[in-house]
Amino acid sequence: MQPTTQPGSLLRLATAGSVDDGKSTLVGRLLHDSKQVFADQLDAVERVSRERGLDGADLALLTDGLRAEREQGITIDVAYRYFATPRRRFILADTPGHVQYTRNMVTGASTAQLAVVLVDARHGVVEQTRRHAAVAALLGVPHVVLAVNKMDLADYAEEVFAPIADEFADYSRALGIREVTAIPISALRGDNVVEPSGHIDWYSGPTLLEHLETVDVDADQPGSAARMPVQYVLRPQSPDFRDYRGYAGQVTAGTFAPGDEVLVLPSGRRTSVAGIDRLGTRDVSLAHAGQSVTLRLTDDVDVARGDIIAAADQPPRVTRELSATVCHLADRPLHAGDRVLLRHGTATVKALVASLDSVLDLRTLRREPGPEALRANDIGRVHLRTASPLPLDDYAEHRRTGSFLLVDEADGTTLTAGMVGEPLGGDTVTKL
Amino acid sequence: MTGLRWATTNGRKGTRTTAATAASAARSRHPARPPRLTHLDALESEAVHVFREAAAEFERPVLLFSGGKDSIVMLHLAAKAFWPARVPFGLLHVDTGHNFPEVLKFRDHAVAEAAVRLEVARVQDYIDDGRLRERADGTRNPLQTVPLLDAINTHRFDAVFGGGRRDEEKARAKERVFSLRDEFGQWDPRRQRPELWSLYNGRHRPGEHVRVFPLSNFTELDVWQYIEREQIELPSIYFAHRREVFRRGGMWLTAGDWGGPKPDELETVQTRSVRYRTVGDMSCTGAVDSHAETVPEIIAEIAASTLTERGATRADDKLSEAAMEDRKREGYF
Repeated sequence: MQPTTQPGSLLRLATAGSVDDGKSTLVGRLLHDSKQVFADQLDAVERVSRERGLDGADLALLTDGLRAEREQGITIDVAYRYFATPRRRFILADTPGHVQYTRNMVTGASTAQLAVVLVDARHGVVEQTRRHAAVAALLGVPHVVLAVNKMDLADYAEEVFAPIADEFADYSRALGIREVTAIPISALRGDNVVEPSGHIDWYSGPTLLEHLETVDVDADQPGSAARMPVQYVLRPQSPDFRDYRGYAGQVTAGTFAPGDEVLVLPSGRRTSVAGIDRLGTRDVSLAHAGQSVTLRLTDDVDVARGDIIAAADQPPRVTRELSATVCHLADRPLHAGDRVLLRHGTATVKALVASLDSVLDLRTLRREPGPEALRANDIGRVHLRTASPLPLDDYAEHRRTGSFLLVDEADGTTLTAGMVGEPLGGDTVTKL
Repeated sequence: MTGLRWATTNGRKGTRTTAATAASAARSRHPARPPRLTHLDALESEAVHVFREAAAEFERPVLLFSGGKDSIVMLHLAAKAFWPARVPFGLLHVDTGHNFPEVLKFRDHAVAEAAVRLEVARVQDYIDDGRLRERADGTRNPLQTVPLLDAINTHRFDAVFGGGRRDEEKARAKERVFSLRDEFGQWDPRRQRPELWSLYNGRHRPGEHVRVFPLSNFTELDVWQYIEREQIELPSIYFAHRREVFRRGGMWLTAGDWGGPKPDELETVQTRSVRYRTVGDMSCTGAVDSHAETVPEIIAEIAASTLTERGATRADDKLSEAAMEDRKREGYF
């Protein structure tokens, strides 16, 4: 493992796969073959594998960390793994594949730039595969990899792989997924995960790791209009900074430069950027997406935590009514008429669930109108009304300022994750 | 940890310009496609975001500070997050009574430089008045949980920043950035709140608190690369030095009054060139053989290491397959 500090060298990805597709084995293989597994970890895996009477080391044991997971042999919660090559560093959201854990894939996919969907070569594209692709599309994950696993059990045959890859590519295109790459692998044997397979001479594409290292994520930033939710107002009132008033936050899209015209939302006051400080460095010339910075404004306007500073020529709309696609996360169901808190950017406002418009049938991927409630793992369309106006972007344009959470006011439970506006384009998703 | 070193001496972050020249330069330099951040910039920006969120959402946050590298990096990030204002919370140290003197000295130096308030909760006080009993194996790490939870209750801290990283251990890989603890400080892995996008939910009921982990996505190597880039000072025991150590449980432990070596168990003292990868209680933190005297040498050593940080140096994690998970459930980090 060599350190890398090149720009663009951090890739966040999520995995998805059904229970027996070998996802934990794949993640274990990725870590093991890229030399991220340390001797003490491997010792522990070999010891437990022996205790269980297995012949070789069960790489899935590298990732199933909780007692209940080891007892049941399943993954029950999202875990984050880290690995690195000389070209890139990776943060992998390892998400469980059970149908009842759709919320976990949604969680993993919310920050992912790439999703790896695993299928069993013997079973091909199944319901669960379509569900994973739909979730990746809804969450706006720009790159999807189809890993056709267990090729060793399918004689490493191109005739098995090709129809699966074609079917998935057609389906993904209909969902509006921008880029799909299919790779034949055997996680158990290590074919095409890190090392090229010696059994698959008809395949000339990259191994999974090569693809992860080289996939071009630089063009993935839609929403070039500048946005910064205000987190914290910095007023040091120290002798050196007596009149300093800075608005601290993370730029979620676009760039800010001194002199830029901006709107402070939801109030709509217009002003301009007087200066930008970045984590102890005064007067930098530019703040761009992903950076935590402090903006100073030319006018002494009222700005507080919860506001969004946005490019004056392309602001979000300010509204108290919104339609959204949501994934319900909590065991307690969501009903029309529920009063909740809505967390958007750095703002928290009271909200009313005005109506539940539809719920997605995860088998048929059709929208069923008028559900009585949304239950855990349901994906649906809802209409919400908020107590005060919010500056909202469409999720398809701005992931950070187009997403929100619904929270139970009484005990703080995170109830629902939401994405503002219509889902991403494409025929199938439009039908969702 | 000198307050504003980065503001004046770190030339890599861009030279000083006045607002006016920066403005005219920037208008023509608005790039069509903004540059991606380096991985260290991305991790730093994310940690700062977490600090600011927690400071804004909670009434009484506190930062757990041991004088070890992760807590030093946390304090450095906190200072950057709120610059030019002061860090808006204090520090808490749970002192096992078996800490390395060099680290305690460094702790006090760093606290003075950062001009923050430090509370210390002492395991020794609990042992002296009978609230805790010394364990047979002499290990004091598990004893920290009670003083920690007491301090959280006494000071009514509602958010506690910890330096835990998800790469450390597989139970920690499941940890949230904002991790809700019940009134007993317990972690329940089955009842964690899903965490999506960068929306952190810090709401809690009275008596509950939230552990906040700004370094969640750092790995050990990232921490060291960040220390190198930011030129952050560390206690001397992180660098190779000659020390009297003895072998116990496959690790080099420091000889000392805390309880080693035991002559009847054939533990013999020898002087070796060692350094520490983690800094904790002397009774369970092992040294590694090393000649790395500078940060770049340490980075090279870690990159080539075949052992994890904890596997190499922590005895308490080896107690059972789920030792960390069990301790987290009880209220430890």
